[in-house]
Amino acid sequence: MKSFTYQRVTSPTAAAAAAVHTPHAKFIAGGTNLLDLMKLEIETPSHLIDVNRLGLDKVEPTPDGGLRIGAVVRNTDLAADERVRRDYGVLSRALLAGASGQLRNRATTAGNLLQRTRCPYFYDTNQPCNKRQPGSGCSAIGGFSRQHAVIGASDACIATHPSDMAVAMRALDATVETVRPDGAVRTIPIADFHRLPGDTPQIETALAPGELITAVTLPKPVGGKQIYRKVRDRASYAFALVSVAAIVQRDGSGHVALGGVAHKPWRVEAAEAALPRGARATVAQLLGDAKPTRENAFKLTLAERTLAAVLAEARG
Amino acid sequence: MKFDSPATSNPIDQLKVIGQPVSRIDGPRKTTGTATYAYEWHDAAPNPAYGYIVGSAIAKGRIKSIDLTAAKAASGVLAIVTAENAGKLEKGSLNTAKLLGGPEIQHYHQAIAVVVAETFEQARAAAQLVRVDYISDKGAFDLSKLMESAKPEKITGGPADTAVGNFGPAFAAAPVQLDATYTTPDEAHAMMEPHASMAAWDGDRLTLWTSNQMIAWNVADIAKTLNIPKEKVRLISPYIGGGFGGKLFPRADALLAALGARAAGRPVKVALQRPLMFNNTTHRPATIQRIRIGATRDGKITAIGHESWSGDLPGGKADGAVSQTRLLYAGADRMTTTRLAVLDLPEGNAMRAPGEATGMMALEIAIDELAEKLGLDPVELRILNDTQVDPEKPERPFSQRRLIECLRTGAERFGWSKRSAQPGRVRDGRWLVGTGVAAAFRNNMLTKSAARVRLDNSGVVTVETDMTDIGTGSYTIIAQTAAEMMGVPIEKVAVHLGDSSFPVSAGSGGQWGGNNSTAGVYAACIKLREAVAQKLGFNSAEAVFADGQVKSGNRSVPLAQAVGGGALAAEDGIEYDGELAKKHQQSTFGAHFVEVGVDTATAEIRVRRMLAVCAAGRILNPKTARSQVIGAMSMGVGAALMEELVVDKRHGFFVNHDLAGYEVPVHADIPHQDVIFLDETDPMSSPMKAKGIAELGICGVAAAVANAIYNASGVRVRDYPITLDKLLPRLPEVG
Repeated sequence: MKSFTYQRVTSPTAAAAAAVHTPHAKFIAGGTNLLDLMKLEIETPSHLIDVNRLGLDKVEPTPDGGLRIGAVVRNTDLAADERVRRDYGVLSRALLAGASGQLRNRATTAGNLLQRTRCPYFYDTNQPCNKRQPGSGCSAIGGFSRQHAVIGASDACIATHPSDMAVAMRALDATVETVRPDGAVRTIPIADFHRLPGDTPQIETALAPGELITAVTLPKPVGGKQIYRKVRDRASYAFALVSVAAIVQRDGSGHVALGGVAHKPWRVEAAEAALPRGARATVAQLLGDAKPTRENAFKLTLAERTLAAVLAEARG
Repeated sequence: MKFDSPATSNPIDQLKVIGQPVSRIDGPRKTTGTATYAYEWHDAAPNPAYGYIVGSAIAKGRIKSIDLTAAKAASGVLAIVTAENAGKLEKGSLNTAKLLGGPEIQHYHQAIAVVVAETFEQARAAAQLVRVDYISDKGAFDLSKLMESAKPEKITGGPADTAVGNFGPAFAAAPVQLDATYTTPDEAHAMMEPHASMAAWDGDRLTLWTSNQMIAWNVADIAKTLNIPKEKVRLISPYIGGGFGGKLFPRADALLAALGARAAGRPVKVALQRPLMFNNTTHRPATIQRIRIGATRDGKITAIGHESWSGDLPGGKADGAVSQTRLLYAGADRMTTTRLAVLDLPEGNAMRAPGEATGMMALEIAIDELAEKLGLDPVELRILNDTQVDPEKPERPFSQRRLIECLRTGAERFGWSKRSAQPGRVRDGRWLVGTGVAAAFRNNMLTKSAARVRLDNSGVVTVETDMTDIGTGSYTIIAQTAAEMMGVPIEKVAVHLGDSSFPVSAGSGGQWGGNNSTAGVYAACIKLREAVAQKLGFNSAEAVFADGQVKSGNRSVPLAQAVGGGALAAEDGIEYDGELAKKHQQSTFGAHFVEVGVDTATAEIRVRRMLAVCAAGRILNPKTARSQVIGAMSMGVGAALMEELVVDKRHGFFVNHDLAGYEVPVHADIPHQDVIFLDETDPMSSPMKAKGIAELGICGVAAAVANAIYNASGVRVRDYPITLDKLLPRLPEVG
């Protein structure tokens, strides 16, 4: 771990300003991912700005009937929130499918969105990785790629985003609220928040330098059956091979997002028109452009079968 | 004490303490955090510094240069040891690769330096400043491409090739034939406690607080490596957080702690970093196994052949996957072959039940496949082909062999008769449900073991032996043995283990620790009983040791009275003359029954319940023995469903080298386990009449899971681990 300085600030704007003021600064909230990466010197910030004490730990109703989730609301608290459990069941289920009880106690809403990939080559600093060291190459291409992306990847990177929570938020049409160093606030639709790797896999989100997430807002509840199905080799404490977040209405319409298949939660709104026709028709559009490796081609079949099971459950 | 004739009745048979489900006597120390694991000797040596290991970034080649300038200048750094400045080191006898590599690199993450600093964090930061230039060589990393070039290699307990009768023609003539190839992947021990050591030098004397299964082996190998006499090395390893064969030999932590301490001039602690635990250490090697079985139409095996290929570094060892096939089933014409390829992957070696664990993964699927071809129940097929004698040497009976009773008892208890022989027929909600069975088999090994026992004037019996407790319960069964022998309650026994200043024991490995180490304590107690009897003027043959008293005829004297002023001590050990083992084959037997669910949509596989029935001689403590067996069963589930060190065949290393990437079962994967021990004693094994149990529990489990998956889904998978992607293409449509 590289030496770093540590700072507490008094407001979100001050945090954002401090982040641009100090070179190589990073925000720290739960630290469940950042500290691990710092120990391995995959992340080497020289300055940490603690955003835990800025009043961003509340879940509040919005004027239009939605829910505003503070950036540092812990995953455990969010999953247990009565309003979330009642109106956004897919989010509560997704949160509880992730990590372990101990990690969820510490991990935050914004931190979960910002967690880095779990690609094993990203974690091994002896190996080339364009995400870790831009321009060095991608070891996963041609290597062990069972967990990797099947769609939206590039010649530079085939990593996946590991979050469960974000997949549910994508299905729920959440928006990310931020503040910039000059105090300006903006909202970013979650669809635009995570980026595909392209030629710059090291740039993972739409956040500008210094920009701090202050909240994630959920729109007014849409009802429907809300299901999160995470598929993995062991029963708990593993990242998804494929996950499905689905909100299915009585008439068969709905929203579907997939986890474990791309560099971001994967949703194609146009594909949802096919939902009443079933999983095969939907996945044909959702993953129509997939370019899997030999090792992860099974994810296409798995996604279709998992969605079929989810739709059957929603009907049942 | 020489053990050269079958045990007759002895004080152990009283079973007042032995055979009772005594809770671990070391449990309170472990649950209160006061058990000193290797990294936790905070006060044993003054002011320790901390070492951090640098692992090689290439699999094969040479170090062109190492630049230590920046690392040396980093804050807190006291010393950096590399092969260049370590002084002359020998290679130990136990490991295949050097523990400190350079300039030649033999495998990925081979240690090439240790950075010693005032704090762990400083050592870690400085280690990341070490700059290394390598020259990479092309290596061999793909076993499947090396089968032709693999050479015959002997295995534990046998030559490379065995043959009885004439397998080829007999197989060709058999009316029912099975010919199938199975693969098992490289596996990691993945124990909770990493390899860890603290070293301190006092002049030319080295003390190592370490985590090690075999104290005397390691004293010798560390001494050899450092070029110092054995007498100058002391090893202390009383608590071990799991070993599974990964801690049989000294590893880089021990050597580099010693070298770091010498260089820094003060005690040094080194724990192997978790990401190094998979490529720096040993692992269970991958195998490719071809099994051919010929049978008559009514299910009698006439020919059985098992060929196995594995790989290791040059000069390394073969996995003994064929070993059980030499002994488990009858059949007149039989053969086994073992071939070893040269690979440049990290070193392969022992992991829980080396040989039988991998061999049974294949053989017990083969038997299931044969049963299906024959239209026979797989339990009945195994029973039909039981043998009470060594099938290669029919003049040698098994000392005890109750495989049939294990199978029958298990079938009864598990509800086997309710099983649908037709796969894919049982549905429970979203799950396809199936059951599977496999035999369990593991040999029982005899090895000498000594102990010292001391009686003090408060009536406390203290046992000292360099035996280790790797989480197995050694402390407890040794205390039970001494309590039984000396006629005192277990609270009156103190046990000290894992110190090279104590008499040399069997150590922990190959499931030999329990029987042999307690037999050694038995021998020492016999000697102490004689000394006590003599002091008290009793005829030692007639004296009865019970309730803290020594009794003979009408006379009864408190045991402590024998001591007088100081203490009364005796030292002895058990030794085996080999004749008994030559005349009788000693093995342990069992049967595993497993029920699994396979998700109809996702093909996720979840174990629903498991049962093991074991016949393994006297069970010294049913509680600790059960813990051993359920732990082994869990490890077998890991082998069946998820454990695989994934080889990057381009660069020659195990890619998933942390506990996020190398998955082992979590609690949610193991919902229900039952264990039944058959009531058995084996007088051929030792005066304890006990045998090994800890490794029997894993042998066959993975195959029982595989067979249950087949029964549930109709999909036969012959390549472990059985992950959902291997089932998906052959599952019916989701409906």
